[in-house]
Amino acid sequence: MQIDCPFCGARDIREFTYLGHETYIHRPADEAWSDAWNDYLHNRENPAGMTRDLWFHGSGCGAWLVVTRNTVTHEITGVELAREASRHAG
Amino acid sequence: MRYSGLAVLAQGLTGNRGWRPAWRDPAPKDAYDIVIIGGGGHGLATAFYLAKEHGLRNIAVLEKGYLGGGNIGRNTTIVRANYGLPGNSEFYSHSLKLWEGLEAELNYNVMHSQRGIINLFHSDGQRDAYARRGNAMINQGDDAILLDRAGVRKLLPYLDYEQTRFPIYGGLYHPRGGTARHDAVAWGFARGADMRGVDLIQNCEVTGIDIEGGRVTGVQTSRGAIRAKKVGIVVAGRSSQVAAMAGMRLPIESHILQAFVTEGLKPVIDHVVTYGMGHFYISQSDKGGLVFGGDLDFYASYAARGNLPMAEHVMEAGLTLMPMIGKARILRSWGGIMDMSPDGSPIIDRTHIEGLYLNCGWCYGGFKAVPASGHTFAHLIATDRPHEAAARYRLDRFATGRGLMDEEAKGSQHNLH
Ligand SMILES: Cc1cc2nc3c(=O)[nH]c(=O)nc-3n(C[C@H](O)[C@H](O)[C@H](O)COP(=O)(O)OP(=O)(O)OC[C@H]3O[C@@H](n4cnc5c(N)ncnc54)[C@H](O)[C@@H]3O)c2cc1C
Ligand SMILES: [Zn+2]
Repeated sequence: MQIDCPFCGARDIREFTYLGHETYIHRPADEAWSDAWNDYLHNRENPAGMTRDLWFHGSGCGAWLVVTRNTVTHEITGVELAREASRHAG
Repeated sequence: MRYSGLAVLAQGLTGNRGWRPAWRDPAPKDAYDIVIIGGGGHGLATAFYLAKEHGLRNIAVLEKGYLGGGNIGRNTTIVRANYGLPGNSEFYSHSLKLWEGLEAELNYNVMHSQRGIINLFHSDGQRDAYARRGNAMINQGDDAILLDRAGVRKLLPYLDYEQTRFPIYGGLYHPRGGTARHDAVAWGFARGADMRGVDLIQNCEVTGIDIEGGRVTGVQTSRGAIRAKKVGIVVAGRSSQVAAMAGMRLPIESHILQAFVTEGLKPVIDHVVTYGMGHFYISQSDKGGLVFGGDLDFYASYAARGNLPMAEHVMEAGLTLMPMIGKARILRSWGGIMDMSPDGSPIIDRTHIEGLYLNCGWCYGGFKAVPASGHTFAHLIATDRPHEAAARYRLDRFATGRGLMDEEAKGSQHNLH
């Protein structure tokens, strides 16, 4: 697998660390524990097919990326900066 | 038919014409008392114990592919009871005891081989951690021996004791640990369940779960609708998809785990050996192949095949530890879809839907769990009360934070285990 980093270009998967589903960008606003926190931390759609997840370009530019990816074929169809993805989401 | 040495002899003398298929291939009926979704190790064991321990007969196991085609036929077959936390300790201890009587109970040779497991350690800190684990195992009533370097050397003379980067300090020896033949475990439970009247239905994919007024009433399948009073979900890597059919979102992420096997060699590795400084563990199959693996690839995947970085890491780690295997040629590598839970421990519980039960979250360690998982899940389905050996495997532990079983002390979040 290669990820096409917006800053560095296509780089081998070894340069990246995986965090998990992009859910992690959408942190609940309220600090108090609630079902929303449980969903945020634990519950997942876990799709067999297209997903969007967070990768860190640790051996490259250090950017957090949102990668659009197929979990069945490992095909990668989109890469964007996490900070832009979170701006779009509000 | 009963299998025995005498039967083998008699069949041998009469041209082996008398063997019968080990189970029937029935068409699904319209309705069952209990439907088990998933014909892997756990689903088949559940059906077996429902019939054997609870006298229930009107049961079907629905399998979308063929029996034993999932993780049960893809794992590296290690069987052990060396867990350290309450919850896991009693469960895996229970499982190992069931393993020890399994072949007699099933009248089937699952090739359970208690050849011993040695977890190597390479620093003072690791020694302390393994000493603590060993004590937890002994307190649970299982066996553990802390070996020093000389003690390891006596058992495993072929390791590289000269390397200075990760010197071998010793190992935690678990003599009752070992391996079993994975397919045989699925087949043995399948045959045992079939003999007691369970319908094993293959090529039957569950596509929907019917719920009325908060109660499960049946399932939709690729072979038609089937009514059921109780339904158990036991589909390992596919847990999220099947639970979604009942409107549930699970604390599960599916990840890939790879394994490798070499050409057949003469007996050379007598135990199961795990490396403490790289992701590598190994045993030798009865056919002679060196069977080894490492850790997850560490990204969500349903591909059932991995990528090269982890393959390379596993090979490098293996060669650091036992350079002698460098000449063996790899025959195959493959991957399985692991149902990873946030704390690395499984779930055996009811759901908020009446009559719907859930068994998942086995991560990379569900093979050794097969007997106890089936045994305790059958108890839960039959009696509606958790079995004491699995009472801590609650689904709500993530929401409440109570009773998390984070065996590796890494935290209770995805992608940490
Ligand atoms: C490479 C590898 C190495 C491993 N090594 C070990 C080890 O050494 N020791 C150990 O203890 N564990 C090990 N494991 C883990 C162990 O194999 C699994 O935890 C365990 O097999 C999972 O339970 P199962 O046998 O029921 O799963 P499976 O065999 O995967 O059974 C699930 C079944 O459900 C079926 N299914 C899915 N969806 C549907 C549907 N909609 N309708 C009908 N059927 C459906 C699937 O087809 C499948 O047959 C390893 C796993 C892998 C991949
Ligand atoms: Zn980059």
